[in-house]
Amino acid sequence: MKISTDEVRHVADLARLKIDAGDLERFAGQLGVVLEYIESLKSVDTEGIVPTAHAVFTNNAFREDEEQGSLERDHALVGAPESEDGFFVVPKIIE
Amino acid sequence: MSDKPLFALSIHEARQQLDDGNISAAQLTESVLERIGEVEPAVNAYITLCPDSARRQAEAADRAIAEKKAGPLTGIPLAVKDLICTREHPTTCASRMLADFIPPYDATVMEKLNQAGAVLVGKTNMDEFAMGSSTENSAFKITKNPWNTNRIPGGSSGGSAAAVAADMCLGSLGSDTGGSIRQPASHCGVVGVKPTYGRVSRYGLVAFASSLDQIGPIAGNVEDAAILLEAIAGYDPRDSTSIDRPVPAYREAFADDITGLTIGIPREYMETEGLDPEVADAVNRAVEIFRSAGAACIDISLPHTHHAVAAYYLVAPAEASSNLARYDGVKYGFRDASAKNDLKEMYTETRSKGFGAEVRRRILLGTYALSSGYYDAYYKKASQVRTLIRQDFAGAFERCDVILSPVAPTAAFPIGEKADDPLQMYLSDIFTLSANMAGVPGLSVPCGFTASGLPVGLQLTGNHFAEGAILHAAWAFEQIADVRAGKPPLQPTT
Repeated sequence: MKISTDEVRHVADLARLKIDAGDLERFAGQLGVVLEYIESLKSVDTEGIVPTAHAVFTNNAFREDEEQGSLERDHALVGAPESEDGFFVVPKIIE
Repeated sequence: MSDKPLFALSIHEARQQLDDGNISAAQLTESVLERIGEVEPAVNAYITLCPDSARRQAEAADRAIAEKKAGPLTGIPLAVKDLICTREHPTTCASRMLADFIPPYDATVMEKLNQAGAVLVGKTNMDEFAMGSSTENSAFKITKNPWNTNRIPGGSSGGSAAAVAADMCLGSLGSDTGGSIRQPASHCGVVGVKPTYGRVSRYGLVAFASSLDQIGPIAGNVEDAAILLEAIAGYDPRDSTSIDRPVPAYREAFADDITGLTIGIPREYMETEGLDPEVADAVNRAVEIFRSAGAACIDISLPHTHHAVAAYYLVAPAEASSNLARYDGVKYGFRDASAKNDLKEMYTETRSKGFGAEVRRRILLGTYALSSGYYDAYYKKASQVRTLIRQDFAGAFERCDVILSPVAPTAAFPIGEKADDPLQMYLSDIFTLSANMAGVPGLSVPCGFTASGLPVGLQLTGNHFAEGAILHAAWAFEQIADVRAGKPPLQPTT
C-alpha cells in the first residue's frame, strides 16, 4: 500500500480531521491508489522548469492606502456559532 | 407570440417578448416557478428556492422595462450555484459545514446580476465545495440528469446545468475548477463557458482551489451564454487576480462565416484510452461540419495531456487543504457544540462532522502533498508540470485559433457507478482540467446524442482572453449543425 493507516492518521491530525477506525483502511486504500497514479509525474523531465502558481500573469495588485469601510462588528458576528460581548467564543485555550 | 410556454423561452427570446410588452417579467417568473413546482421533484436541481424575492425582483424589473431602462438580463429568471455568496439567501456549498450560512455580503457576480435587474429563482445543487464530477457528493440531495433520471447530471455544477436543461431557469451560473461547468453542460445538453482565469471576479465565490477557480455561465444556447458572460465579466479591485481588460461585446462578432478559422485537434485527446466511440463519432462529425463550413482543421499536439490529471490532483487538493482550513467552527458555519474540552478537539470534531468523505479525502491528499518532506516531490513537481501544460497550449495557439476536443470521455454515467472509486471519477476530468491548469477559456456546446439519447458536448478551447473566438466558433457551429433538436423527455410529476 502506498500510504499506511498510521500515515493517514498523522496527516488527518495535521489537517484537524479525525478518521474513524472503520474508515481508515478505506481512506488509506483510496488515497494509495491516487498517490500511485500520481507517481507517473516522476517520469516527466522538469529539470530547470519554473513552477507555475498562477497561469495568467498579473502584477501585484495594490490599492491606494486609504481608509475604507468594512463589515460592521455585529454583522460579522451574525453567523458565529457562539459570541459574547462582541467577541467570538471558543473553548478554553489556556491550561 | 409563439405557443412555447414562457419557461421554455431562451434569454434572448424572452428579452424580445419583454421589451415588446407581450409578456411581463412577473408572468415569466411565475411560469418558471410553476415549472419548478412540476419537475423539480424528479430532478432535484435546487438546494434553495427564493420565490418571494424572485417575485419582488420581477415586479421591479417590470417597472424598469416600463421606464425603458431594461438591460439584456432585466426580468430574466436565473439560478446560481450554491457557492456564490448571496446576502439574502443561504450559501451552503452543499455542505453540512455551511448548511445554515447566510453570507454578510453579495458576490461581485451577484451584485452585477442584481444591478442588471435579473431575477434569482434559486441556488443550485453541486458537489460539496465543488469537489466532484457527478453532484453525488452533495450533503443534501442527488441531482438527476433531465435526459435520463437514472444518470448523473455531471458536476460539480450539476444543479446549474440540470436546471437549465429542465427549463427551471433561463440561464445559470456555475464555477469551473477542473471542468465543473463544461462537463455538466455536456452531460445535460446545454452550453457552458469557463472564462479565462481573471476574466470574472471571484470575490464572493467560496474558494476551492484559488488558482484554478473561475465563475462562468450555463445557458440553453451560445448567444444566451454570451449575454450572461458579458454581464458578469470585468475587472474587480476586490479580486487581486482579476484582470483589468475591457469586456468585448461578444455577440457583435457572431457571423455564419468561419472561413479563415483554424481549428486544432489534439491527437492525444482523440487517442485517449476510455474515450467512448459514440463520443468520438459525435466529435468527429463536428470536425467535418466545421471543415465543410470552411474552417481549416489541423492536427496538433498537447504532449503533456496525460500528466494533467496527476498534476491537477496535487495542485487542486493542495490549494483546497489550505483554503478549507478556515472552517474551524469559530467565525461562521457549523460547530460541533458537544466538543467543549479544548480548542483542538472542537476544531477536529467540527471539521470531521462538517465535511463529507470526498472533501476529507482531498484535504488529506493536499495536506500530505504539502507536508514536510513531500513538498518537492509532489506540489513543486506538479507546479512544474503545470508550466509544461501551459507551454503546450501557448505552442498550440501559435498554429490554431481554437482547439476542438471532447468534453468528457463518456456521456453521463449511471448514478452510483463511480461513487466508490475516486480515481475513476478523477480520470473523467481528463479533457477539461488542462484548461484550468493553463488558465485558458473553454466551453461546451452540444454536438450530438448517443444511441440511448444522452447528450454529447463538444469542447472548444481558446487562448487567454479569446472567449470571443470560441463563442463565435460555437455559435456558428450551433447554427450549422442544428443538433439541439428537442428537449429532455422530462414529464411533469404532478
